[in-house]
Amino acid sequence: MSIASLLDGPDLRGEAEPATGHRARLGPSLLSGAALIDALDQGDLRGRGGAGFPVGKKWRSVAGRPGPRVVIANGAEGEPLSFKDRLLMQARPHLVLDGATLAAGAVDADQIVLYIGREHSAAADAMLRALAERPPRERRRFQVSRAPVAYVSGEETAAVQFVNRGVALPMSVPPRPFEAGVRGRPTLVQNVESLATAALIARRGGAWYRSSGTLLVTVTGAVARPGVIETRLGTPVAEVVERAGGPPGPIQALLLGGYFGGWIAASDAWDLPLDPMRLRAARHSLGCGVVAPLAADRCGVTETARIVTYLGGQSARQCGPCVFGLGAIAATLRRIAMGLSHPDDLARLDRWSAELPGRGACRHPDGAAGLVRSALRVFADDFAHHHDHRGCTAATPLTAGVA
Amino acid sequence: MSELSARRWEGSPGVARLGTSSRLSLGVDRIRCDGRGYCAELLPEMIRLDDWGYPIVSSERVPDHLLDHARRAVATCPLLAVRLAEDGRSR
Repeated sequence: MSIASLLDGPDLRGEAEPATGHRARLGPSLLSGAALIDALDQGDLRGRGGAGFPVGKKWRSVAGRPGPRVVIANGAEGEPLSFKDRLLMQARPHLVLDGATLAAGAVDADQIVLYIGREHSAAADAMLRALAERPPRERRRFQVSRAPVAYVSGEETAAVQFVNRGVALPMSVPPRPFEAGVRGRPTLVQNVESLATAALIARRGGAWYRSSGTLLVTVTGAVARPGVIETRLGTPVAEVVERAGGPPGPIQALLLGGYFGGWIAASDAWDLPLDPMRLRAARHSLGCGVVAPLAADRCGVTETARIVTYLGGQSARQCGPCVFGLGAIAATLRRIAMGLSHPDDLARLDRWSAELPGRGACRHPDGAAGLVRSALRVFADDFAHHHDHRGCTAATPLTAGVA
Repeated sequence: MSELSARRWEGSPGVARLGTSSRLSLGVDRIRCDGRGYCAELLPEMIRLDDWGYPIVSSERVPDHLLDHARRAVATCPLLAVRLAEDGRSR
C-alpha cells in the first residue's frame, strides 16, 4: 500500500501535476477557516521548516491580531542538505497553493507571498505555471518573491524584511512577524511542506493526520540512493535509510535535522522515530527532516569543522556573538581537525558553545552551537585523539563533504 | 515575616537572591548591541561579558533590590540596546 500523501500522484520525475489532475485526484477541501485550525490542532501538525512550532497555534496567533493580514509561503530552502521543499513545489505546486490559500482564508489574509529560493528555478517555474492555472480571483492575492541564496534567507524575520525592503536579513524580535510583519501587518510565515500538509488535513481531517500523516525527509550522505522520501510519522530512522538504498558500509553516526540538527551515534539513531514530538522528548530535533549517515571511515571532527565553518560564513554578521563567537568556534574546530589545537581548545569549545544560544537576533548561532555540542558528545574520543595526538587518522581530509 | 526582619535578611552576606523579585527581565537587542560593556559594569549581578565583550544576560526576573541598577544599565547603553520589560528577553 502506498503511504504517499504529499507526493502521491504522477511520476515525480515528470512535469508538475496540473490543476485538473490535482483536483480530480484529491477533490475539494472540506475544512476551512476556524474548523481547519481546529483540525490542525487535533492532528498536532508541527512546522516543517525546522523549528517545529505548532501550526494551528501559529495560525491562531495571526488570526487574533487586527487586520489586514499577510501570508508568506516559505519555500526558501537554504539548508544545503535539504531538497524536500523544492521537490514539493516542483512536483505538486497546486497542493502548496491550496495550503497557502487555505491559510490565508483561515487567518483572513488578503495577500499571499510565495517566497522561493532564487536557486530553486524548477520549483519557481512550476509554482508560477500552477498559479497561472488558478482562477483570477484567487491569483490576484498572490505575489512571488525570490529569496537570495543564503542560509538565513528562509528565517522568518529575514523573509519579512526581504518582502518589505529587499534585504533578506533577520531582524530583532519583538515584534515577531505575527505582530508586525509585511508592511507592519500581522504576517503568517509558514514553510511550504507545512502548508501542503494543511491542505491534506483540510480534506481528510486532523484524526487522519494523527494516525496516517506523513512527512518528507531528505536522506543523504552515506546511502546508495540519496533523495527525498515521504514516510509515515514515527517511521524509524533505519527504515528511511534502507529505502534510500542503505549505507554502502559501516556507519558511525548520523546527522539528524540538517546543519541545525545534531549528530547521533549510529547505535542510538536507528530506532529513533521520525516524529517531531517524540524526537524532542528524546532530546533530538527533526529540524527540516534531513537524515545523513556518516561512514565509519570519515572523521566526525572534520565534518563538524566543515559544517560550522560554512555556518559561520553564512552568519548575517549583524550580531556580535554570532560574528565573533561562531567565527572563533569554527576556527577552533578547524585547528583541532588539522591537528594544530591549542591546549585550551576543547575547554573553550565547550564554554563558547554553551554561551552562544539565545544571543543572536535569530537562531543561527543556537543551531550551530547545538551541532557543536552534539559533536563534542558523539565524537568525544575523536576530539580527544585529535587534541592529544595532534592529527587525524580518518581517510578524508578537511575539504571532504558530507554528501 | 516583618519588614524589619526582611531587610535584615537582605543585608546578610550571600542571601541577596532571597529578596522579592520584580516581574521584569532583561533583554538585549543583539543587532544594536556593539559590545560597549556599560551594562555589565552597572549590573554585574546579572550581566557579564563574553570573550569578545558582548553581554551574557541572566534570564531570571530582576530582583527588586537590583531594579534601580537595571534601569541605570538600560538608560546608560549608548546604543539603546538593553531592554527591561515583562518577558524582556529578546528570545
